[in-house]
Amino acid sequence: MSTFLGMPSLPVFGTGNLHAAESFPTAAHRELGNAQLRANLGHATHTIRDKRLQVVSELPDWEQLRDAGSAIKESVMARLPELLEQFEQNFTAHGGVIHWARDADEANAIVAGLIRDTGETEVVKVKSMATQEIGLNEYLEEQGITAFETDLAELIVQLDHDKPSHILVPAIHKNRTEIRDIFLREMPGADPELTDNPAVLAMAARAHLRRKFLTAKVAVSGANFALADSGTLAVVESEGNGRMCLTLPETLITVMGVEKLLPSWQDLEVFMQLLPRSSTGERMNPYTSLWTGVTEGDGPQNVHLVLLDNGRSAALADELGRSALHCIRCSACMNVCPVYERTGGHAYGSTYPGPIGAILSPLLTGIESEENSSLPYASSLCGACYDACPVKINIPDILVHLRSVDVDSKRGKKKLPSQMDVGMKAASWALSSGKRLGLLEKGLPLGRLAAGPDQKITKLPGIAAGWTQSRDIPAPPQKSFRDWWAKEHHGPESGGTNAPAQGNAPADAHNNAQAKAQDKEDGA
Amino acid sequence: MSAREDILGRIRSALRDAPVAPQIPREYRATSELDQDALIHLLVDRLVDYKARVCVVDAAEVPERIAELLADARSYVVPAGLDAGWTAGPHSAPDGDRRREDSVSAPLTVAELDGVDAVVTGSAVAVAETGTIILDGSPNQGRRAISLVPDHHICVVNAADIAGILPEALRRIDGTRPLTMISGPSATSDIELERVEGVHGPRNLDVIIAR
Repeated sequence: MSTFLGMPSLPVFGTGNLHAAESFPTAAHRELGNAQLRANLGHATHTIRDKRLQVVSELPDWEQLRDAGSAIKESVMARLPELLEQFEQNFTAHGGVIHWARDADEANAIVAGLIRDTGETEVVKVKSMATQEIGLNEYLEEQGITAFETDLAELIVQLDHDKPSHILVPAIHKNRTEIRDIFLREMPGADPELTDNPAVLAMAARAHLRRKFLTAKVAVSGANFALADSGTLAVVESEGNGRMCLTLPETLITVMGVEKLLPSWQDLEVFMQLLPRSSTGERMNPYTSLWTGVTEGDGPQNVHLVLLDNGRSAALADELGRSALHCIRCSACMNVCPVYERTGGHAYGSTYPGPIGAILSPLLTGIESEENSSLPYASSLCGACYDACPVKINIPDILVHLRSVDVDSKRGKKKLPSQMDVGMKAASWALSSGKRLGLLEKGLPLGRLAAGPDQKITKLPGIAAGWTQSRDIPAPPQKSFRDWWAKEHHGPESGGTNAPAQGNAPADAHNNAQAKAQDKEDGA
Repeated sequence: MSAREDILGRIRSALRDAPVAPQIPREYRATSELDQDALIHLLVDRLVDYKARVCVVDAAEVPERIAELLADARSYVVPAGLDAGWTAGPHSAPDGDRRREDSVSAPLTVAELDGVDAVVTGSAVAVAETGTIILDGSPNQGRRAISLVPDHHICVVNAADIAGILPEALRRIDGTRPLTMISGPSATSDIELERVEGVHGPRNLDVIIAR
């Protein structure tokens, strides 16, 4: 492989369900009109925030675990080729079979081929982001293979012919009553007396899927972790549907992104403390399964793993963005995000919504893909996601970085400067000199004139119209702060001789009372 | 070019800035230093929080306790390597009809397991802080399927096998065995992010901590 060292190539981006088909502002505007959605999301995200904070605060070494988790993932990225080869060697030595997929199409074709080899036309599935990303279920359907989602939330979404809106709880946008109605409508043999009690709904799902689990010959899963030094895979879950799929069928096909590796068994002690507390707010999730290739007489005897690139190598090539690949899909960032809480996951278009999706999707697809360039702006940069992230991905920094990538890519394509370019140039000219700014400030009364008798500007021209689309601008003041300051400190009513000369005003002297008190002291 | 070579080539190309793998700061806790009573107390607290049923008994009382818990079971399965005395207590002596044994060489089918009411297993190690029991497929724990399909899992934890925190527990385990980490009965948070116990895995988990 050393022949490739030092041979730069253009990044190859990912395909599949990674794109926003419409811009985030357009999609968000529509989703915000759904009051039920906002109520459901508000309730669910606040419930999980409280739980997460409580279990995180129990651990005296939470920050040390985050530091370790962050460094381990950084190390994985730096050593990725070596670790992939090591993992492959160990997994294969234990009887597993590895397949490599450059993109979504290739991964889908590999999985379908493996299923076809078994002669089966039905598979059970454990919830997996990678298979969502590549659109596996839709592809299998075209191939005449039916995939049954077995995670409760995935089942709800599948029965409702809907799309997931959250990476951990794909049906977070549905409340219990809506779920009851979906079951009554779509689940064959559902009890017409079904109530909306979550425990009752969970029982209905159990009854619905039990026969499938006990007779399935093939299962498809994702993986949360892969340990390079032992060739071990791990699936973290709650309901037992994962154990059913990973244990009972004869054939197990796992699809996993290449970035999911951990170097060693010891690293699992870090991530199995970080992940459950960050995702469901539990000290530990009910079930975690680990398997290393094939174990004779226990579990599936045909074990496959599809290692997926699909844009990950392109994300890795972005030195400032590559830490987005540290993500362990816990969903803590979306649960704390003020934007996600209001718009929900569908507004992001991609399989990966929320703050992590706003950086990961454009990194995987390239910023120019469909409407993904709008995603890095889907944030107020408040930083709550960075604080919540168990592996300390600096999402706000990467958002800002990707905004600049977007601006550069758009600028590169245009012959004429845009209104924004012109505006920025003008601002740069005006703000680089006090004299120029002072000159422009003389125009303030014109703004007051434009505001009219109600003292409000309701419509700005050009691209500035976006600002007044949903709010008014109050009329500008009669004079600028600088004029006011000069008058306060040189004018007859200030009376002080120690007033600072104009232009030397301390940057934080915005408080009139404070400034006056200072004057008195100086004069005493 | 094969997909493998292509992908590894792309990754090497992406890393042409040659990032250096950092030292891993492992300042987090590696041990808990709780005594056995404290460990048992903590484990019980966490398991009860998950809605598992727990009892702490002397090792000699384990068979009797198992017999009580199996009183209503029409049938149950045990791994072939389970301590023979555990399911041969005073109440379970005439158990020929309802006791099934499973092993790699003589496994029950999935359908047979589905017809069994309960399963009794040992365990490899437990984690007090997180209320987690780890099964590693040793002869006293059996194949993964037997502790999954029956609806009632009775799991015996030896007090000596309780670790305080996860790092201690994982250091006692061979990661290449087929492992199942169990923290309470099956549960879901998929409806409004509220936890509900009892979905596809065993809905009833009884833990017997043997001193």
